[in-house]
Parts: sequence; C-alpha cells; structure tokens
Amino acid sequence: MHISLTVNGTEKTGEIEGRTLLSGFLRDGLGLTGTHVGCDTSQCGACVVHVDGVAVKSCTMFAAEADGCAVDTIEGQAAPDGTLNVIQQAFQDHHGLQCGFCTPGMVMSAAALLKENPKPTEAEVRAYLEGNLCRCTGYHNIVRAILAASGQDLPAVAAE
Amino acid sequence: MPKDSGIGASPKRREDVRFLSGTGNYTDDINRPGQAYVHFLRSDVAHGRLNNVDTSAAAAMPGVVRIFTGADFEGVGGLPCGWQVTDRFGEPMQEPAHPVLAQGKVRHVGDPIAAVVAETPEQARDAAEAIEVDIEDLPAVVNMKAALADDATKVHDDLNSNLCYDWGFIEENRDAVDAAIKGAAHVTTLELVNQRMVANPMEPRVAVGEFDRGTGDYTLFTTSQNPHVIRLLMGAFVLGIPEHKLRVVAPDVGGGFGTKIFHYAEEAFCTFAAKAVNRPVKWTSSRSEAFMSDAHGRDHVTRIELALDKDNNFVAIRTNTLANMGAYLSTFAPSVPSYLHGTLMAGNYKTPNIYVNVRAVFTNTVPVDAYRGAGRPEATFQLERVIDKAARELNVDPIALRRQNFVTEFPYATPVAVEYDTGDYTATMDKLEEIADVAGFAERRKKSEQAGKLRGLGVNCYIEACGLAPSNLAGQLGARAGLYESATVRVNATGGLVVMTGSHSHGQGHETAFPQVVAEMIGLDESMVEVVHGDTATSPMGMGTYGSRSLAVGGSAIVRATEKIINKAKKIAAHLLEAAEADIELKDGAFSVAGTDKSVAWGDVTLAAYVPHNYPLDDIEPGLEETAFYDPANFTYPAGAYACEVEVDPETGKVTIERFSAADDFGNIVNPMIVSGQVHGGIGQGIGQALLEQCVYDDDGQLLSASYMDYAMPRADDVPFYSVDHSCGTPCTHNPLGVKGCGEAGAIGSPPAVVNAVIDALQSGGKAVDHIDMPMSPARVWAAMNA
Repeated sequence: MHISLTVNGTEKTGEIEGRTLLSGFLRDGLGLTGTHVGCDTSQCGACVVHVDGVAVKSCTMFAAEADGCAVDTIEGQAAPDGTLNVIQQAFQDHHGLQCGFCTPGMVMSAAALLKENPKPTEAEVRAYLEGNLCRCTGYHNIVRAILAASGQDLPAVAAE
Repeated sequence: MPKDSGIGASPKRREDVRFLSGTGNYTDDINRPGQAYVHFLRSDVAHGRLNNVDTSAAAAMPGVVRIFTGADFEGVGGLPCGWQVTDRFGEPMQEPAHPVLAQGKVRHVGDPIAAVVAETPEQARDAAEAIEVDIEDLPAVVNMKAALADDATKVHDDLNSNLCYDWGFIEENRDAVDAAIKGAAHVTTLELVNQRMVANPMEPRVAVGEFDRGTGDYTLFTTSQNPHVIRLLMGAFVLGIPEHKLRVVAPDVGGGFGTKIFHYAEEAFCTFAAKAVNRPVKWTSSRSEAFMSDAHGRDHVTRIELALDKDNNFVAIRTNTLANMGAYLSTFAPSVPSYLHGTLMAGNYKTPNIYVNVRAVFTNTVPVDAYRGAGRPEATFQLERVIDKAARELNVDPIALRRQNFVTEFPYATPVAVEYDTGDYTATMDKLEEIADVAGFAERRKKSEQAGKLRGLGVNCYIEACGLAPSNLAGQLGARAGLYESATVRVNATGGLVVMTGSHSHGQGHETAFPQVVAEMIGLDESMVEVVHGDTATSPMGMGTYGSRSLAVGGSAIVRATEKIINKAKKIAAHLLEAAEADIELKDGAFSVAGTDKSVAWGDVTLAAYVPHNYPLDDIEPGLEETAFYDPANFTYPAGAYACEVEVDPETGKVTIERFSAADDFGNIVNPMIVSGQVHGGIGQGIGQALLEQCVYDDDGQLLSASYMDYAMPRADDVPFYSVDHSCGTPCTHNPLGVKGCGEAGAIGSPPAVVNAVIDALQSGGKAVDHIDMPMSPARVWAAMNA
C-alpha cells in the first residue's frame, strides 16, 4: 500500500506492506536509522518518535497508521547546521549516554516530557522514563541531563 | 582546580554528537547491496532427538533463496571453547561439540535447527514456520544437582556425565583448610544462589556476512566486543578461512557487558551462507531471540563457610559451588566459575587458608558465560554475605569486623594464587563512611520507623582482578589465547595523529579518553588525535574490551606506541636542530635543545618525516608510525567499599533503595566523568540483580522469562541518584598509567550491599531472617518476614 507523511518537516512517500511497522518504515524505507529497535514487546523505548507531536513507540504502530501524519525523529532534533538542541546538548554535557543505543528514544521521550511538564521533579522524570530502558548509565546522568535541560538549578534538584 | 584537558580532565565525549543526532553506525544500520536475510528456526523444546527436518514445503515459499540445516555444516568446524580447565584430578574438562546448526539433537530452547535465507526478513520468517521438524522429546536436565545424579539423562550422549569439571583451588590446600575450619572458634555457614542473569545490552546482536567471489575475501559485520578474536576463532576453528582473507568489523556497538565477547553460531552462519548463496546475508536478533541465544550469566549455587578465631580474625574460607554451563561451552565459559571466581575468594581480607571447589554442570539451558564482572561478583557476593552473617552471629559491628581483617600491607600474596600490588582498603572504607553518612543512619532509621517502614544499612567491600592479561599467566591457567593489547599510532605529515587500537568501545568512550592520554604525552590539543577501532582491517591484532582492560592494557599499549613515536621524533628533531638527541626535550608540542632557545615545532618534525629532504636517511627511516603490543606483568586490583540504604515496607515486602554510595580505588583516573558513569551503570545492574532480574526455566527447560514482559529490567524509578567517589586511588604499580580499570566494579560491589541492607532492615524489625536469595522481590521478602 502507499502512504505519504511528513517526516522531520519533509514530505515522504512509501510503498509498504500492511504489517510494516513505523519503526521498520523509518529505518528501512527512509534510511532514518537513528530510530532503534531494542525489543519486540514495546518495553524498551529505543524507538520513540513523535507522531503529530505525541511520543509514540514506533515499533508498536503500523506505518499505515502514520499515513498523513507528521513524524519527528531523532534526526530532526538538531538545527540544520548540526547544532544540538537543548536536550541533546544536556545529554552530552552531563554524560547522559554511553553506548548510545537507547539515546534516541531517551531524547524523544525527554522532549515529550518537557513539553507537558516544563519543570519536572526528579521523581516525575523517573516516572516518565518508565517506558525507556537504558543498560549503561544506571539512569543517574540521564535524569540529571533532563533536569538540566529543563533549565532548573541542577544542584538544587539533583545529586552530583 | 580540575584540569580542562589531558589526563584527569573530563572533556565532553566526542562520540556523543553522532549518537545524539541519530547518525551512529550500528551493525543493523548496515545494509549491503543485494543482501538477503536469514531467520533461524529454533528449538522450542529443551532436549530432543531430531528425527527429521523437512524443508520441502518451506523451500517453495515466496522469496526463499535457500534453507540450511545441520547437514549443510557437516565437515564444518563447531564453535570453539577458548579456555580449558584442568580438574582437581589432573584431567581436562569434558568438552562437547557445539555445531553451528543442531545435528542429531537439540539441547536447549533456542538451539538453532535450520536457517532460512530469503529476500526479506518477513519472507524468511514465514518460510521458517513452514519447516516440518520431527523431534522426539527427551527428558530435560535443568536442575544442576539433578543433572549430577548417576541416573541423570545426559545432555551430551558422548560424554561420561553432565559434569564438565570438578575443580579444586588450590587442591594442595584442601586438607589445611579442613583442619583450620575444624579447629576454629566460630564457623559461619551460608548457602545461597547467585541467580541466572541475562546481560541485555540494549542493542540486540546482528551479523552481516559478505563474500567477494572476485577476490575470495570474506567480511563479517558483527556486534562484537572483540572483532580480532572473532576473526581468529571463526576463521581458524569454524570455517577454515585464513585471517588475511577475512575482515571482521564491529562498528558502533550498543553495549556488551560480556555477552558480545563470544563467538556465536549466527556470525559463522552468515559468513558461511554469504559464500554459499553468493549474496550478503544479514541476521538481526529480536529481543525474544536474544533471551534464548545470547550467553547468559552467573547461575551459581554455593555453600560458603567462614571460620574465625576467638578474636574474630578470619582463619579459613571453604566454598563449594555448582556452576551452570548450559548446554554447550560458550567461548570463555569454563574460566568464569573457576579462575575468575576462585582467585578472588580472599577478597580484601588476610585469610590464611582458602579452598574453592567448583563443579561445572551441563544442563538443557542456554550456555552461560561472562556477564559484567564474570566470576568476581559471585565471589564477592558470597564472601561479603557470609561476613555480614558472621558479624551478626558474633554480635560485632560488620564494618569493624571487615576493618579488623583488611589486608594492610602490599604487595600481598593471597592463598588463591594472586598478588595484590597495591591498595588501601581502610582509606576507601573511611571515604565510604563519609559519603554514605553512616553516622547519620540511626537518625534516618528513626524517621523511617516513624513512617512505618523498616530501614537497613548494608556495607561491603569488593576486590577484583582485572585488566585481563597477562598472557603467560592466563596460558598457565588454561587460556587458549593471548591477552595482550595492541596499538598503532600513525602521525600524519601535518601533525595529526590516528590511534588504531585493538580495544573496542561499546559505550566506554575510548574515542574521548584515549586522545587525552596521547595529547598529554606530546603536549598537543586532544582534537589532533583520532581513535580508530573495531575493524580488523585497520587495527593491529587486539584482544578487545572486557574485564575492565581497555585502559589498563589497551591504554598501556597506546602509551608504549606513543613513546616510540616520541623517541623517533626526537631523533628527527635533533637532526633538524643540529643537536645531540640526548639534549632534545619535548614540551607542549615543541622540541627544544636543553639550555638553549633553539626549538622546532611538532608539525615541522612530522612534516620532515614525510618530506625527507633534509633528513638523516642513513640513521632512520622516513615516516612516523609505530606499533606496540603490551602484555602486563600482573592483573590490576581495583577495590572499594559500597553502602546501600533501603526501606522495606513491612506490609508488602517491597524494597526501596533510598541511598547508594560507592568509594572506589581505581588507581589513577584519566577521565573522571566517564569513570563515574561506568560505576553508575554497574550499580544499576547490581541493583537490578539484587531486586528485579532473574532468568527462569521451568522443570521442562522452557524459558519462562523470554521477553521484557517477564524479565524485569531496572528502570529509572527503581534506582536513586548514586554517590560515587574515586579519590582514594593507589596507582597500579606495573602499568605506565597507574590505572586499574573501572568497568565492572559497580556490578561486582553492589549486590551484596543491597542484600545486606535488606537483612539489616528486617533484623531491625525483629525478623530472624539471615538470608534472602536474589532477586529480593516483594513476594520473597514478604515470605521471609512471615515465615
């Protein structure tokens, strides 16, 4: 079947099977391999993208369902000149990533969190990340990075 | 004042930019022209005889290129085991064959039976479902004690039994240890389980095999921690491909934690099939497939006895362990419960008599091999748990009991064959008590009790032998490989440097940390140094990254190669400056003649090396590129003290980690930010083991925890912020950087702290509970409280 959608602000079209997942279409159909697939039960969150502004696990949505939607992925987060956005920069500044595999999903989830809750507490950040697994960082620096990206005074809201 | 560059600084990681912008290059991001896809049909029974595999209907399915079965691999080598353990009677371990695709029998759920290569992954999967397999079910061997019964079904018909080895360490000490325990004033005994774990790096394994008929060259792209080791094992032992015709590339790899060290069937299959079908062949593991095909970790059942004299000095330790090998021997499996476990049984303590017995057992389960810490967490857990139990029995403070028995003089030769070069266990314990605010615990407990909660404090120490090497020692212990590391430093004409390392980064930040070392040695900006790794075509033969070895062994090789560069550059500078080589000094990236104002810049020397117009060709070759292989004299011995504070809800048994503190001695530190991150991650995994994670088989060998729906991974709200400190460094005495390695410490040191804390909490509530096996789920804790 044929779909057309907007990905990171650009019109895209594709021929897909009915069973094609959005994650598979982004990776294999459009070559946007920044969206990662870390599980098959919608648990790990490495595949989180935004569909019409809402954080979605792209392994849990058919590509067909995104027909006509606006999809934002990790590739569209930095400025056109490559400058990292506030959340990406905070992850680098606070060592919020190690192997980098969960990172695209973490950044996209963090963006969704800060959109709905611009000044979250530590507990709110941790609760929001329920659906994003990281095996490298023990979450310490991810939580710090997101709190820092929210513009709060980090020493006041997080441990070192 | 913290440094802003060089050794000891924390520059932002340069690899982060590509990972944060979605432009990393992981193996699954690689697609080769014309590639086909493989789907493995895996056994859904734990043990069975393969009577027939009928692929005829499947072969006619749309898109199928070819279907392979075990018959296609007759005459092809099996997956090799890289370590041979000799048992306590002097006999070699029992070592079964490990075919790429099952031949005759299947031996665990997930054992690959057939492989469908098709045009698309979906077509391969659909066709695999059409393969008709006739399997005669056999009784499954799951429990280790039952596996050792005389009448147990054998996992491997051609072996004598399910016993891989019965290992005694050190066998000659056995009688002395027995006597010391018999004569001791007090003996504390503890039986415990170190449960089976699944490493679960977030990136599932992937392999892409490729064959070029025009040249006869093979390429394998794979999610590996050690591409050269895969090239050697797969080339020499499985497929018979000489190393010069085989390139193995491990690009960006999304975490390893040990489970990506090993050579797997899927790698060999894709390489083999690429030639057979004359197309690149790609396999991407699903997470469910990973649970039944990635090597698992831990899975020990142990009885430990700690004997003390009347003054509470440790006099003897005796341990008996059953260690699960699974159905086959994974690449380094035999070394984990033996040498990586037994050599650490002294811990941080001066116990004169130690004997370790390990029986390694075959069962119808996924093979078990190294998982972050590998043997050392198992040693630490039992030792630090039994010490806590002894302290309670003797009514002494557990921290004081530890302090009393600390090794305090170095070097210290343990009764289990290793020699600690340096350390200061008192200093790390002092630091821990400070950062954990042990003094304030009583007040915090009071507050918890007022809120109806039980609060516990658990403290423990750990030591590990890491920086895995030296080759000679490892060889004496049964390793079938060397354990050195390599580096080539290539200086370009315009002065920039490329470091080609045999270490492999899968999250450790080598691309940032290694340049800090080289730049500091020469006096250059770190941006002038680039790191290349993960490709056998570009790096010298290296052994890869595991066992907290990258900086201690790989970094030392980089230091040695850079020293060679500097020595040669000084010769060139001496010529350019018309001075004696002995008078040349290197500082801040410039060469000068001692005592004069004559100098020449780094770039002038490197340009001269490649444009040798005015050059001492009679004395030295043009060019500036050096390689070094570094093989250390000893392991390194990071050590530390950890503290966990928990609250237990007496109504539900739920455990909440309130505080976690870690004081580590890693020797010198190159990048404190990265080191802290490594410790955080290890603690997260240790808390996961203590409270959440467990790989579960039923009595029939069915894997019950085969997805993230059933295997509880630690999430952000399961853990607190951690307080970590590594200021108590005692530099390693035998490597040029004085570093010890930090990758595994957190996972080694944290599980006993959590369990000690929970037991302390329950005891404070008047519950006579002296042990709960991990994971300490609410159900288990509640049951223990209400027993």
